[in-house]
Order: sequence, then C-alpha cells, then structure tokens
Amino acid sequence: MVCEMETDQIEEMDVEVLSSMWPEDVGTEADKQFNVEKPAGDLDTLKEVTIEEKPTIADLTRLPDLLNSTHQGTSQLTNLVKQWEYMQDNAVRLLREELKNLNRQREEAEAKELKIIEDYKFESNEPENVPVLDETSDLFRKFRQKKRDALIDSKKIEIDEEFDTVAYWKQKALSLEKMLEASTERERRLVEKLHESLKTMESHAAPVQELTQNLKRAEGFLHFILQNAPIVMGHQDKDLRYLFIYNKYPSLREQDILGKTDVEIFHGGGVKESEDFKREVLEKGKASKREITFTTDLFGSKTFLIYVEPVYNKAGEKIGINYMGMEVTDQVVKREKMAKLREDNAVRKAMESELNKTIHITEETMRAKQMLATMSHEIRSPLSGVVGMAEILSTTKLDKEQRQLLNVMISSGDLVLQLINDILDLSKVESGVMKLEATKFRPREVVKHVLQTAAASLKKSLTLEGNITDDVPIEVVGDVLRIRQILTNLISNAIKFTHDGHVGIKLQVISEPSFARDNALNADAEVDNGLTETSVWIRCDVYDTGIGIPENALPCLFKKYMQASADHARKYGGTGLGLAICKQLVELMGGQLTVTSRVNEGSTFTFILPYKVATSDDYSDDQDEFSDMTDHQSEPDDTTEGYFQFKPLLGSIYSNGGPAISNGFLPHKVMLTTSPIKLINGFVADPSNNTGQSEIVQVENGGYVDETKLETSSGHCPESAHQYENGNGRCFSKESESCSSSQASSEGGTLEMESELTVSSQREEEKAETNLKETSKPKILLVEDNKINIMVAKSMMKQLGHTMDIANNGVEAINAINRSSYDLVLMDVCMPVLDGLKATRLIRSYEESGNWNAAIEAGVDKDILENEQVCVRSTNRLPIIAMTANTLAESSEECYANGMDSFISKPVTLQKLRECLQQYLH
Amino acid sequence: MLGLGVDRLQADINRLLASLFHQGVLDEHFLQLQQLQDETSPNFVYDVINIYFDESEKLLRNLRLLLMDREFSDYKKIGLHLNQLVGSSSSIGARRVRNVCVAFRSASELSNRPGCLRGLEVAEHEYHYLKNMMHELFQVLSFILLLHMRIKLGYGRQ
Repeated sequence: MVCEMETDQIEEMDVEVLSSMWPEDVGTEADKQFNVEKPAGDLDTLKEVTIEEKPTIADLTRLPDLLNSTHQGTSQLTNLVKQWEYMQDNAVRLLREELKNLNRQREEAEAKELKIIEDYKFESNEPENVPVLDETSDLFRKFRQKKRDALIDSKKIEIDEEFDTVAYWKQKALSLEKMLEASTERERRLVEKLHESLKTMESHAAPVQELTQNLKRAEGFLHFILQNAPIVMGHQDKDLRYLFIYNKYPSLREQDILGKTDVEIFHGGGVKESEDFKREVLEKGKASKREITFTTDLFGSKTFLIYVEPVYNKAGEKIGINYMGMEVTDQVVKREKMAKLREDNAVRKAMESELNKTIHITEETMRAKQMLATMSHEIRSPLSGVVGMAEILSTTKLDKEQRQLLNVMISSGDLVLQLINDILDLSKVESGVMKLEATKFRPREVVKHVLQTAAASLKKSLTLEGNITDDVPIEVVGDVLRIRQILTNLISNAIKFTHDGHVGIKLQVISEPSFARDNALNADAEVDNGLTETSVWIRCDVYDTGIGIPENALPCLFKKYMQASADHARKYGGTGLGLAICKQLVELMGGQLTVTSRVNEGSTFTFILPYKVATSDDYSDDQDEFSDMTDHQSEPDDTTEGYFQFKPLLGSIYSNGGPAISNGFLPHKVMLTTSPIKLINGFVADPSNNTGQSEIVQVENGGYVDETKLETSSGHCPESAHQYENGNGRCFSKESESCSSSQASSEGGTLEMESELTVSSQREEEKAETNLKETSKPKILLVEDNKINIMVAKSMMKQLGHTMDIANNGVEAINAINRSSYDLVLMDVCMPVLDGLKATRLIRSYEESGNWNAAIEAGVDKDILENEQVCVRSTNRLPIIAMTANTLAESSEECYANGMDSFISKPVTLQKLRECLQQYLH
Repeated sequence: MLGLGVDRLQADINRLLASLFHQGVLDEHFLQLQQLQDETSPNFVYDVINIYFDESEKLLRNLRLLLMDREFSDYKKIGLHLNQLVGSSSSIGARRVRNVCVAFRSASELSNRPGCLRGLEVAEHEYHYLKNMMHELFQVLSFILLLHMRIKLGYGRQ
C-alpha cells in the first residue's frame, strides 16, 4: 500500500518537475494539426454565419437576439467553443504521452542504479548505511535511487582516499557540496521554466481571444468569397419580413427593405411566386430550391435560383427563413437557347428524313412511270402489229364464225392499245411533259364531229344531240386535240352506260368561275402566250339518260383504274383510265371537271374551260389554213348552227354485226376511192407537219418559226394535207348522214369533187409555171458525194421546178462541166478524190486560160479532158455555190478565196435553195 | 370504228413525233423532208430514211472496223466517214446522231482514240434508237395504209 501511494506521489511530482522537459516542437506540432483541421471545420459553419459587412443591411438590435435564439445563431459559438475544447484535449493528451515516456525513462534509470549499487557493493565492498531494519532498507534505497535519478549524468562519486579517513570524509563532503550546488542551480532553472510555462498557459488559456481571431478569419474568408458573387442572401421572419439582407448590388436602401415583405418591396412577375414559395418552405419545414423569373420595374427581367430554408429557434419553433438567391439569367437564356436549338435540330432532322422519304418515293414513282412509259411504247409496237394484221385478215374472205372470233380479237387488241395510250397520256400529264397547243378551232364543229364519230359506231338506239348556245363564239383558241379527246371520252362513256334515251353535249358561255379567280395568276400566265385575245369561259355538259352513278361511287370516279363498281367493270369493260385522263387534261388546261348523277336517271359530266376568242385579224390570217375543215362553204349554216341530232335509223342493222353492215358502208366507198393514195401521202405530210410545227415553235425560238411559216405558205404540200383532213373528216359525217339521208352522201361526194378540182387546178397552174420556165430551163450541176444529200437536194429542186445533174466528186464535176454547159454549180466542199475548193480553183483556171492544164497537172484524167476539150465553151463566169457544213475547215473566206461565188450552209433547206436560185438564175 | 382506228393511229404518230422532237432526236429538217414528199414521190421519206439507214450502217460498221484495229492510225479516214454521217444525218434531221457524230469527229481530229471509241459507242446507240423509232413510225404508217386499202375495198369491221 505504501508503495502504491509512493508511486502516485512520484508521478505527480514527475508531472510538475518534468514539464520543463517537453520537447519544444511538440506544441507546434499540435498547432499545425489544429490549423489543418480548423478551416475544414470552419467551412461548414461559415455558411450559417452572417457577417455584418458594408452591403449588408441588418437590424442590429435584433441580430444578436436572433443569433442567440436560433440554432443557426448559436451553432457558430458552439463550434468555436468546441474547437477550443478540442485544442485543450489535445494538449492534455500530449502531456499524458510525455508523462508515460518519462516514467519509462525513470524505470530504466532505477534499474541501472540498482545494478551499479550491486557492483559497488561487490567491488568496493563499501559499507552501506546499512539499514537497521530490513523493511526500511528498501525505502532507503529508493530514496537514494531517486536522488540519483535527479542527476542527469549520475556519475559515481569517485573518492581516492581510504575509507573512513578524514580525507575521505572531507572529499566526500566536497563532492556532495558540488552536487548540492548543481541541484540548486537546476531547481532555479526549473522554477524559471515553470514561470515561463505559466505565462504561455495564460495566453493560451484565453479562448475568447482565439475565438475572436477565428471569427475575424471567417469573416475575411466570407468577404473574400462573396465579394463579387451575384448572390443575394437574407433572412426573413415568419411573416416573411426581411430582418437582414446581403446584396452585392443593392438598389434599395435599408429602410426600403427591412421589415417589409417581398410583395411590399417589388411589383411584377415572379414576386408573388417567390413569396408563395417561401411560404411553402416555411410551412413544410423543408429546405428547397426553385428557379423564379422576376420581371420587375426595379431590375428588369431576371431569373434567380432561390434557395430557401426554414429557421428554427432552440425550442424547435419556426421563426423564419433563410433565403439565398443567385442570378442565373444568362444561364437560363443559354439553356433555353440550347433547348430551342436542340428542338429545332430535332424538327429539322425529322423534316429532312421526311423530305428524303418523299424524294425517295418521288424518285421511285418517276422511275416507275418512266418505266411504264417505256414499257408501253415497247408493248405498243408489237401489239399494233397484231391488231393491224388482224384487221388486214378481216378484209380477207372469212366465214361468219371466223369473223366473229376475229372481231373479238381485234376489239381486245384495240382495248389494250387504248389502255396503253391512256397510260402514256396519263404519265405525260403527270410528269408535266404534255404541252398544250393553242390552235384556233370551231367549237360547233368539234361537237358535231365528236357526235358524228360516236354515232358512226353506235350500236344502240340512242339519240345523240348537240346544243350550243348562240353566245358561244364561232372560233376560239385552245388545244382542240385535247378537248376533242375529252369530249370523245365523255361521250363514249355516256353511250356505254346508256341503253336508251339520249346522250348529248351542251355548250354555253358562263361568267368566270370562282375557282378561276383564285388561280388568277395561272390565267395571267396563259394570257401571256402572246395571243392577245379576250378570254371566255365555256361550260360543257355531257349528259345522258343512263344508269347513273351511285353517290358513294362519286368520290373515286376520277381515280385511276377505278370504276363505279366491280360489276360495272365486268359488264361494261373499259380501262378505268378515261375519266382520270379527262380530269387531268381539264385541270391542265386550267378548268374543272365535275359530275352530277342520279341512279337510273342519268349523269351529267360538266367541264368548264377558259378559251381565248380569236380576234378578227387572226381570223382572216388563218382563213385558208382552216378552209379545209370547212364544209361550211357548201353548208354555210354549219358555223353558226347550234343544234345537231343524230339518230340511228335501222337498229336491226346495227345489232346484227359484221357482214351485213358492210353494205351500209357501200355508198361512201365511191367517195373514198377517189383518192385513197392521196390520203396516205397527205397523211405523211400533214399531221406531222401540223404537230411537228407547233412542237418546234415551243421548243425552239426565233428564226425557225418564220422559216416554216414561209415554207408552209409557199409549198403546196399543206394543201394536200388539208385535203386529206378534209376527206377524213367528211368520212365520218358521211357515214352517219348517209344513214339518215342518201342525199347527204351524194352532196358530200360532190363536195369532195369540188375541192379536188380546185386543188388540182392549182397544181396545174404551177406546172404551167414550171413549163414556162423550162423554155429557158437552167442547167444545174450538183457536186455532192453524200447519197442522202443528193436525194434531198434533188427532191427540193423538183419542188422548185428544176432538174439537175449530179457529180459525186470534184473530178466528175470537172468532167461534167467540160462536157456540157451549166448555169449553176452547187458544190459540196468536203469530198473525196477532189474536194470542192480545189475543183473550183481548177474550173476558174479553165475559165481564164481556156484549157484544163491546171486540172491535168492536178491529176485529173488527162484523156477525157483532152478529148472533150475540142468544144471550147463560153468563158462566162460560172456561178459556183459552195455547200458548207460550217465547220472550221470550211470557212466562208476560204470559199471566196477559192473562187466560189456564194455559199449555202448545210443542211440545205428549201428556203435557202430557193433564195440562192433566185439570185443566180435569171 | 373505221375512222376511229385511223384517228388513233394518227394520234399515235403525232405523239411519237412530238416526243422525238422533244427529245431532240429529230429537228426541223425532218419536217422539211416530209414536205418534199408529194404524189410524184409518195414514198420519198421512207426511201430517203431507208437509204440513210443503209448508208449509216455501212459507215458505222467501217468506223468500228477502223477503230477496232490495234495498229490503226488513219484518223483522216475516220474523219471522212464522219463527214458523211454528219452530212446525211443533218439532211434528214437526225439531230442527235448528228451532234454525237460532230463530237466524235472532233475527237478524231485530235487523234483521241478513247474519245473516238466513246463517240462510236454513243453514235451507235443514238443511231439504233433513231432506227427503232423510225421503224415504229413507218409501221404505224403502213397500218394506216392498210386501213385505207381496206376501206377502199369496202371490207372491214364495224
């Protein structure tokens, strides 16, 4: 027990004594540790610390209250205290550790002393102050040990003198005295150190000072961070009145804010919302964030990200909110821009893909159409072979059954042909290739013609009638072919679905329809065609008393390959394309096709089209061009007649079919036999001429137009063309009219004769003219190596009433000129053997010298020339016209340089040739 | 139906010619050719075109032979052949064949063998296209002729 007490005592002593022996750097180490930790600890606390700085407007009287009464307020102080406590704890811990260390040292030293004493006993045999009592000896030893411990360098006291002599004791006393001195000195130092330590303890011991320091640091830190931050912070009480606010850019004064609510301070968008939000947070007791856009008079439109947290007092009651706002207007704008861009991007991408899809589909469709068109062409050629042969077969002798089979075959073939043509038409209209032609025509004639044609093939007892009101102009301009196509289509459709009653066409002028006014632009474009006429809208009704069309079938009536019903398709046949084409054509011409119908009562197809009315000038101009169409010279009322009717006379004949009918056609056989060949010739020249001409006018501009016009007016082929058209046109009228009255047919016959006569007389006149010329018929030589060119040139010459000789190259030309005299030479420049330029030079040299020496030198057959040279010819200069292909090698200068008089560029046209001949042949 | 048949064939011809003009296969010289036809030479167009085909075929064959010859260098001869072809093509109004041949000729003037070979290819193609089209045209024309013959004879379907 005593022992334990002693140790405690010693420990206490140790603490006090050994405190001076702390290593100097231990304390600083602890400080460092503290310093490291402190800012980390501060960071958390700083947020809740509000520092009164310049921009801050705070209610100073209430702030301490607030700080004391709220958790947030007290936590700062608490933190600081905690920090201090921690510091002290740390110091204590370090001291304890040091104590342990010293204890260990002491134990070691004791052990050492013990050993030394034992050694000493043994060696020197020094009598110890032997304790009398065994129990106390240990205590004594302990004291000694302790004493020795106190010496840092506990060295043994060496005494040289004999033990127990005077000197010995003297010496011992001396050394002990020294030791005492040293001990006293040490004690003094220790006291000094203790004082020092006490002083530092005092300075450390002032936590308030340290706290203040820390506070200052935190303040500086906060200030440093928040100096430029676009942040507004504040605290509001339960009623959302501002108690203090920090704002870097204050625009209001203290008294304007403190004690007021948001609503009282600001006006405008977002204020109410923020107020509500704060209230919500206050009620829910849960901190949260929200983005609010303010539009106030004070600072315009700005978006703030607002953080609001509720504040509690120590009793846990809500006393207000802390509020922090950061301006994020730019970010929001950017974000919105980004979102918009992204959205735009997405939309554009979608559109792009949509467009691509459309393009793809369109391409596919176009390709398919192209394909269809090509195929149709390919199919048509062999098919027309089949149908044509079948038709020829039908002209041979056949029995009744064979003829019936053949008829089926032909009509099937016809149907396929019709289908293909329809497809071609349709794809043409759809692809925009189809061009409309503007030609003058007479609506009455067209209607009549269409009806006549229909009547010709009529197999039912139907009345076909045409009714044209008086206000319809006699002549209008439009694409007559297409209009006829539409009319024919509609009429044959009407006839197909009508079993008895009547089918008719009615024409009347109407005012401009509303849909046209909407498309006024299109109309303008049409007017621009160059013809200066006034427009007129004509409504055309094609009506019937047929089976009608059920209402539900009307919508798909104009759709391709659609018929009113599958039943009808089977019963009536047809391609189902006809109406679609009509509609497209009408729309192409700027009109509208509609239909009204009642089941079992009939249907009326109406199309409204704009036409231009030909001016009187144009009328006279084209008089002769249309004179052919005009039966009206003999049937003058035809031009103005407003009503036609065609009735089948003998139903029985029509229902009988084939052979019987051939008799019915006999009458006009006479008429047709008059000029079958001419029809064909005329045909070749005519339609291609007509259409081709207008085609060219569309495709090409300028010069060519005049050229053809000139040619048409001068040549006599147009006459033959018209003659054909005339005959052809009348062919139908005769067919039908002959059924009703034989007189009509005879009348037509005489008519035909008449026009035939006039034309032939015209020709004779021309012939006479050429004959007249033949008296002094010029001799022309054509030097040309190209067979085709020769044929064409020859034919042109014939038309111009001349004949000519041909030489195939320069040598032949020289020989020919040598042999006989010519009035004109047409010389191709580029020829084999001897080209035109050289040949001309040789001819010129002959003209000058009277001999062919130059030619002989050039290698032209000597013998021939020499033989023929006997007959020396006139030395008049022979006109030589070059025919050049306008290539670089054949420049006109070169032609002139080589002695040519003029040149015609190839290919040669009738016009050029005529002009040339006029110039050089007198 | 008689008249309708003729009408339709006629429309066919118009259509065909129109498309040929549109495509630039033919030009106004073809019309000229048609105008040259009259009763004294009823088959003028047909004859000229046939001769044109005969001649052109020969020329194209020769051109091919010339160009296929490895050792070949006679561009002048090629030029002569092409002159012929250009001349007759422009006379009948075979515009596209002519244009192609003109290009072909300029390649031959530059002794550009690959150019010539390509020119030949294209020329042959154009030539055959024209021939097919003309064939169709004349076929339809011959049907019209036959139909008129039939009308003349008084036979025919209704």
